Amino acid sequence: MAESQAILQASDVVETNERSLFKKLIRNRFAAFGLFIMLLLILTAIFAPILATHSPDKMNVTKTLLGIGAEGHLLGTDNYGRDIFSRLVYGARISILVGLGAVLFGAVIGSLLGVIAGYFGGKFDSIIMRIMDGLSAFPFILLAITLMSVLGQGLLNVIIAIGIGNIPGFARVVRGQVLSVKQSEYIEVTRSLGAKHGRIIFHHVLPNSIAPLIVYATMSIAGAIISEASLSFLGLGVQPPTASWGSMLQDGKNFLVLNPHMATIPGLAILITVVGINLFGDGLRDALDPKMKV
Amino acid sequence: MGKYILGRILNMIPTLLIVAVIIFLITRMLPGNPAAVMLGPQASAEEIEVLTEKLGLNEPLYIQFFDYIGNLLQGNLGNSLTYNMPIIDLIMERFPNTVILAVSALLIAILVGVPAGIIAARKQNSIFDYAFTTFSLMGVSMPIFWLGIMLVLFFSVNLGWFPATGMGSMDEGIGDFISHLILPSIALATIPTAQFARITRSSMLEVISQDYVKTARSKGLHEFFVICKHAFKNALTPLLTVLGLQISSMLGGAVLTETIFSWPGIGLLIIDAIGKRDFVVVQNMVIFIALIYVVVNLLVDISYKLVNPRIKYSSGKGGTK
Amino acid sequence: MSNELLKVENLEVQFKSGSTVTKAVNGVSFTLNRKENIGIVGESGSGKSVTATSLLRLIPSPPGHISGGKILFEGKDLLTLSDKEMRDIRGNDISMIFQDPLTSLNPVFTVGDQIMESIKLHQKVSKKEAKQKAIQMLQLVGIPAPEKRLNMYPHEFSGGMRQRVMIAIALSCNPKLLIADEPTTALDVTVQAQILELMKKLQDEFNTSIIMITHDLGVVWEICHKVLVMYAGNVIEYGTVEEIHDHPMHPYTWGLLDSQITENIEDHEMLTTIPGSPPDLRQEIKGCPFAPRCSYTQDICFSKAPEMVEVKEKHFVACHFQTKENRLNRKERSTHVRAVVKS
Repeated sequence: MAESQAILQASDVVETNERSLFKKLIRNRFAAFGLFIMLLLILTAIFAPILATHSPDKMNVTKTLLGIGAEGHLLGTDNYGRDIFSRLVYGARISILVGLGAVLFGAVIGSLLGVIAGYFGGKFDSIIMRIMDGLSAFPFILLAITLMSVLGQGLLNVIIAIGIGNIPGFARVVRGQVLSVKQSEYIEVTRSLGAKHGRIIFHHVLPNSIAPLIVYATMSIAGAIISEASLSFLGLGVQPPTASWGSMLQDGKNFLVLNPHMATIPGLAILITVVGINLFGDGLRDALDPKMKV
Repeated sequence: MGKYILGRILNMIPTLLIVAVIIFLITRMLPGNPAAVMLGPQASAEEIEVLTEKLGLNEPLYIQFFDYIGNLLQGNLGNSLTYNMPIIDLIMERFPNTVILAVSALLIAILVGVPAGIIAARKQNSIFDYAFTTFSLMGVSMPIFWLGIMLVLFFSVNLGWFPATGMGSMDEGIGDFISHLILPSIALATIPTAQFARITRSSMLEVISQDYVKTARSKGLHEFFVICKHAFKNALTPLLTVLGLQISSMLGGAVLTETIFSWPGIGLLIIDAIGKRDFVVVQNMVIFIALIYVVVNLLVDISYKLVNPRIKYSSGKGGTK
Repeated sequence: MSNELLKVENLEVQFKSGSTVTKAVNGVSFTLNRKENIGIVGESGSGKSVTATSLLRLIPSPPGHISGGKILFEGKDLLTLSDKEMRDIRGNDISMIFQDPLTSLNPVFTVGDQIMESIKLHQKVSKKEAKQKAIQMLQLVGIPAPEKRLNMYPHEFSGGMRQRVMIAIALSCNPKLLIADEPTTALDVTVQAQILELMKKLQDEFNTSIIMITHDLGVVWEICHKVLVMYAGNVIEYGTVEEIHDHPMHPYTWGLLDSQITENIEDHEMLTTIPGSPPDLRQEIKGCPFAPRCSYTQDICFSKAPEMVEVKEKHFVACHFQTKENRLNRKERSTHVRAVVKS
């Protein structure tokens, strides 16, 4: 069974690559910094109840618009007297949930469509890719805004609205990968051995598309986080009073003169998070394949 | 070339049709009777019935769809009930304002981003290059609505240099017009500036060490022409791709920018219409933006040929991507 | 007018990267008369291309830097000229053609634009005259239907045709000196011969001197009057073609000659290679740079760098054992041989 041995060896190569990949990432200072920020964000989201000093949604009309550090409020309070630091910490949850959720949504549906289009070709390909063209004929955020205006506020709706916008990108990346993998010899061999379509796709085509997919997904998470913040900023995001960095910004916008840090802080949180993810994504791309362009 | 352009224009039609279908489906996803949603909870049953009739919502879905497509093809966008005017007039009134904002942002992005990218490529690994990399990374990661707010905070609230909101009028003089334009243009220009700069730097780096650049130098050309003529023209193709992508995402960015600065363009109109639950306006505006997007991409594809003679077009299906 | 066109004295070029300094060219000297051709030969990395590129001050800087010496062109030291004066010389008095014709023409401009660019830059002519001149140049380098070809892009030309275009560009302003950096290496053998033939023909027509950078001694015998053999940034042998061809003296030159494929190699004859690889130029070299690969070494070779000595008239060698008084006897064949594989 020389063929299956060759395939086994191919999967070995993938594993050793993954080990050295981690080393490469750690050695790249910028990527390591990006990874650090991402871990920090994830830990903040997980341990939000422990980190938060107050309940994020608890209003206090006697303590509105407090400054930084005033009366035990680390970053002051907003116009409803809610603790800004606690809202920031809980807001990380929304960012992470939407970032991961929307990208996962787009990745699963998009990859599936991309595989079908690339693997079967012909009519499947042209119909699916036409629909993808149609979906990406809107500015990303505008599609999400339109969807949200119909779906109504809510976390799940935000994930779906942003996720739909992510479908075409994944479909294209996966389709391209499938087309190039399809040409390679060992797929021919597997097919000649009588393997079923599903088996070929899930065991051979998809694993080989994983590297560019991961890079693309990482970059997309950054976009999804910004989109969520944008939607919440426009009042089309999560249901108030849920703390989201975007909705905090919207609240802060009206108090620029009285309490400028109310708008400054959540925006900084978004900026740092997105910079971190982009640094990590750049590093990941360089480590996986310097010539890859996503 | 002419055949290619014609082919591409014909190719646009199915894409736009799919756009129309997608928008139709989205707006019909609305739970309950859209007429009731549009009129709000205080509306009486008769009012709702009248509006349902008027919007054709009592017809079967497929009839509604064909009516809608038929009207679109005739350029008949219908009337807005909340704005009390034909939608086409609304577009005519608001779209030029968005164009003014987008064009000035695009100008800033090209005039700042491209030279910065060229200089960074020329001075690779210098302090300028490191500063450049940092700023461009921040730029592409910037939530522009936040940047807009920070610009207002700093330049309007603290320094009082520029007005925070609204659009100036030429009647008040060019100064008034420009001072209103500056902050929103900068906010909208930030991401494209950073993107142009990054792509210019990386494609210039690829090109700058090529032999033909050496040839140009050996002819005795001034370094300025070596870089800006021989190297830059070769670096243009990726830049054009990014230009197309950025113009379309700027249409999205305009929604946020216009909201922050109360700039009376179509972005603000869409958000406003969503607030008023006027879905007819939303639906048509989104299709209009998609049309612009598709046209911009067509123009970008055509311009590839102008900068890169090696690209051969097949007049058959598909484009060059 | 003096007959001496170019005199290079002790040229030194270094590349700096961080704290490491690579001495790519280390004291190269030679003279070139009008209408005379010189070949600079050596392995890749010997500094021959760097030498050629520095003559036009086209070393990428940073990291490159001409750290010493003089380049006297018609008596003027090029190293003391302003950037503007240097640009007036490039493409006008001295022009250059490169190894790979596929990459040395700009893909996004027409061939005509690229020829006319030089002409318009250095000569006060109208656009129409420049175009006439470009057509004339294309004709001279043997490109059929030049009027039509003028408006075509490089990718519409074959490799040999592109090298002809490069030659047309280089000669368009009647340069006194043409630097050709391995102009035939990237071409098919038959095309190589045509290009060499063309260069010889045009040299007579334009009275141009040529500096031919090559690793192919066959090319040198064909068109050069003088040869400069370089090794690890140093000149190790320098003299007339007749001398070097008939009486090579440096062990490295012997190695080079033995490794050339010539027509009279018999079926079972051995083709030799020089064992080892050139030294790392980032390290300080003590003694003779070729010593580690040389089969004639004695202790002195590793401790003292040999001086350049004029052993005969117009024949210089840098070897401890090749002086006016002493001669080294060449061994029959080097011990490191490999079979010529013939099918």
